[in-house]
Amino acid sequence: MNTEKINTAKKQKRKYQIISVLSVCVFLLVWYLATAVFELAPSYSLPSPVKVFNTFLTKLHSKAPDGATLPKHFISSLQVAMLGYLLGAVIGVPLGIAMGWFKTVDKIVRPVFDLIKPIPPIALIPVMIVVFGISIKAKAVLIFFSTVIPCITNSYSGIRQTKQIHLWVSQTFGASNMQMLFTVASPSALPMIFAGLRVAMGSSWMALVAAELLASTSGLGYLISIGRSLLRSDLIIVGILCLGMINIVLTAIFNLVEKRFVRGGKDE
Amino acid sequence: MMKERKTVIECRNVSKTFYSMAGDNLVVDNLNFNVYENEFVVLFGPGQCGKSTILNLIAGLEKPTGGEIIVSGEKVTGPSPKRGMVYQTTNLFMWYTVMQNVEFGPKMQGVPKKVRRERAQKYIDLVGLKGFEKHFPVKLSGGMQQRVGIARAYANEPELICMDEPFGHLDAQTRYLMEEEVERISNSDRRTVVFVTNNAEEAIYLADRIILLHNCPTSVHKEYIVDLPRPRDYTSPDFLALREQITAEMDNTL
Repeated sequence: MNTEKINTAKKQKRKYQIISVLSVCVFLLVWYLATAVFELAPSYSLPSPVKVFNTFLTKLHSKAPDGATLPKHFISSLQVAMLGYLLGAVIGVPLGIAMGWFKTVDKIVRPVFDLIKPIPPIALIPVMIVVFGISIKAKAVLIFFSTVIPCITNSYSGIRQTKQIHLWVSQTFGASNMQMLFTVASPSALPMIFAGLRVAMGSSWMALVAAELLASTSGLGYLISIGRSLLRSDLIIVGILCLGMINIVLTAIFNLVEKRFVRGGKDE
Repeated sequence: MMKERKTVIECRNVSKTFYSMAGDNLVVDNLNFNVYENEFVVLFGPGQCGKSTILNLIAGLEKPTGGEIIVSGEKVTGPSPKRGMVYQTTNLFMWYTVMQNVEFGPKMQGVPKKVRRERAQKYIDLVGLKGFEKHFPVKLSGGMQQRVGIARAYANEPELICMDEPFGHLDAQTRYLMEEEVERISNSDRRTVVFVTNNAEEAIYLADRIILLHNCPTSVHKEYIVDLPRPRDYTSPDFLALREQITAEMDNTL
């Protein structure tokens, strides 16, 4: 009885996996038919998937025409993203928690925070270029901004949503204010905090590519913008697909980390 | 004989009014009662009559607007680890395992890890959850979660344990089981317990003394000393007679 149940679940999972693979195949097939077979668009504006794949393979080792290989662009982007993201998370999460728990911190930080919060990070690109030049610093600061804001917002509301009854329970056990913060409020806010980190990952990546498109000398965004000026749409598509795939990989890593830290599941 | 016993809780002219925009709401009105050491007292009354408020007052989570509550000679001014609480709904820390939940109180008191682990284990065994130490509360059924809540309150070894309708959300079958369980636990680890319920059967099964409360604003309506032999039989004639008597009297409180 029990084994039958498990098999059904497994079967279902496999079915969905097959469907997922099929949908990617259909996407590629339509793309192939539209370009290589029916030639609906000229090949310089929309190349066939075969050509894109060939470009991808050559770009793995060739520096032409943009001065760096694909792995180099990839590492350059990832480096900047990680630097800004980690900095934003390390500062944003504790700050948000402190704002949620201590009224004084909230009162001090909030006016500045409310002023910065609605600014789209992309609007900061010109300022960053003026201040830091076209450097890794400018991009890292930009990513820092796009990370720190969702981190603060989510950590703050996570702490604020701590259940009164949980605080009561810990009070009847004689927990001090700091003990309550570390043993009750923070762990109960953890799912919200991770949601914030997830949002930050998306928005920081977006900000990075935008910055690289506008002003940069390396990175995947730079590769895309070179492809545009040379009318090499195959190059552009290679860049875009790489971005998409990086996000899939990062999300998978993120899920593993989240699973490790957010334990016990949700309250009913 | 009453005089010899040590008084644990003394409620003197306690009243509680909640102030809100909709107007003042008097919930507890001039409440007087005592609870003695190692006594199992059931506060019994109709739904919504302010029973939970009384427990919150004793625990120090709410402050009385009139009168005072004295626990072991000290006036209650705020929550204290000497007074444990088991709540109506399960409110375990979902991010901690069963063991981490149960050892929470001693941990807050700074009890060394080895000692508190041993103590927590004792109470986990006592509520019959041996083998579930590493489970997270989501994986447990409602009855098991409530057992963890009881173990958590006991593991802090308080002078007094307040239980606020702990089985109100359980199905009837589990409820009977849990009542037997509480009976067994309080036999092997005798403590002063104040237990709130609106179920007459539960009250008579568990109580040394039942305090019947008025409807809101609440105060003591009548007291019953239950001296039926333990463990009690739900179907014995004495049990049924007392149940009839209390239920009839409860209608008078409305």
